[in-house]
Amino acid sequence: MKETNKISSREVTPEAVYFSRRTFIRAGILAASAVATGVVYRQLNPVGHGKVNTPVIQGLVKPTATEEAQGFRVDEPETSLQNITHYNNFYEFSTDKEGVAPAAEEFDTRGWQVSVEGLVNKPKVFDLDDLLKISPPEERIYRMRCVEAWSMVIPWVGFSLSKLLDLVEPLSSAKYVAFQTLLDPKRMPGQRSDVLDWPYVEGLRMDEAMHPLAILASGLYGRALPPQDGAPIRLVVPWKYGFKGIKSIVKIKLVADQPPTTWSAYASNEYGFYANVNPHVDHPRWSQATEQRIGEFGRRPTLMFNGYEAEVGHLYAGMDLHKDF
Amino acid sequence: MKEGDIRFIKLLVLVCGAVPLALLVWDQSHNRLGANPQNFLILTTGMMTLIFLVLTMAVTPLRKITGLNWLIQFRRMLGLYAFFYGCVHFLCFFSLDRAFSITSTFTEMTKRKYLILGSTALLVMVPLAITSTNGMIKRLGGKRWRALHRLAYVAAIAGVIHYYMQVKADTRQPLVFAAVLAVLLGYRLVVYWQQRKPPPPTPAAIKPKPGA
Repeated sequence: MKETNKISSREVTPEAVYFSRRTFIRAGILAASAVATGVVYRQLNPVGHGKVNTPVIQGLVKPTATEEAQGFRVDEPETSLQNITHYNNFYEFSTDKEGVAPAAEEFDTRGWQVSVEGLVNKPKVFDLDDLLKISPPEERIYRMRCVEAWSMVIPWVGFSLSKLLDLVEPLSSAKYVAFQTLLDPKRMPGQRSDVLDWPYVEGLRMDEAMHPLAILASGLYGRALPPQDGAPIRLVVPWKYGFKGIKSIVKIKLVADQPPTTWSAYASNEYGFYANVNPHVDHPRWSQATEQRIGEFGRRPTLMFNGYEAEVGHLYAGMDLHKDF
Repeated sequence: MKEGDIRFIKLLVLVCGAVPLALLVWDQSHNRLGANPQNFLILTTGMMTLIFLVLTMAVTPLRKITGLNWLIQFRRMLGLYAFFYGCVHFLCFFSLDRAFSITSTFTEMTKRKYLILGSTALLVMVPLAITSTNGMIKRLGGKRWRALHRLAYVAAIAGVIHYYMQVKADTRQPLVFAAVLAVLLGYRLVVYWQQRKPPPPTPAAIKPKPGA
């Protein structure tokens, strides 16, 4: 037989070299694709980190022993500043809880004003500084229970909403208080999508709003609120689900009829106007009996009115909380 | 493609599929899963299940369109990873969300619609994983095996709806999964209809009836 394509034995790669080169290339491909998979995973699941450098609030008043007994200070470990400021529901910036802090980083609150209006004797547009002078900043350490079944303990800085309401003198016809968040898609990028009806609105019944536990908060951990937590001023109602605590408030209006609220308008069968924390009334899609306390391993049982039953239970005497959830 | 190359490709899929799990474990051991690691673990393992289900279902269309028949070698491993991440997802829910309580896991899984769908998706994958071996394919026969493994479509559809239903308001991500799934299922429907259509009769194709 004629050998047409004879390869001289010198040109043949020795078997050992051939296989080791092959093994080497394969190991390279394997490593490269594993790294590429890792990079894709990292892109989808970035590791968050960030600092809170907002100004320290001067003249902070700590709760007295009597006030502590009234629920002003809960005796449970506080959630870390890192977690409070990097796990937020604030759809105006992002629907990703870990993505709110970076998206809100540049939010500028200079020149902020809050209009207090409606059924009052003395309506007024407050500059933020004037609003914060109404009452000395108090530390309030509250449980915060999200409707998504996770919770925190947050050392807020603020004062009772009732002090502001007293100042504007509500008329007897005022039965509810309506709140509104800033509407500015340029500064709040989440408002460019129609995931919710903007602006965010919330409401309280007058007696709820006048309860000393309901506060306007301007800080946490002794510092001014960072943007992701609702700067410069937000509502905190500790016995209700977190979404009642409307953030970055620009308008407070006293009204005669129950005002619309954002989540209730979005899905009225899932989110009620009252939204009191209640382990016995499930969200249609998940149980509200237990909660994941952020920073802890196991789950905690959820408490009636988030543990503030002694303080606020009387507000709902005689009401069917399965109906008015 | 050579036997050795196929083995190498399988190894490649095996290693890459394990990367997300390795990173999850790594991040967890370094406390880097964020403020709510329990929730993150449940969500991410669920997401991996859906990704691997979609990848599994993408193999056949890709193979037919590109003509690269060796792609089929990926499919079993991808499908088994979908089942594997689905099991991890369930175990995370059982241990972290339900605190190892069998009764409350069972009550929740039969009470909540999105959990019924999720359980369906996972249960449906059990027989698929069991019958994924060469021996089982032989024992069942190609036709019956293929019919059984169409249950993967049920798992994928139930899985995506399960994800869609548990989202609070921002449904963009589940809708992306739904769109990709619709394309993959649509491809199969089109192929099915094309094969059902009888070829136009030509004179040569008309055979005399037996006994006529």
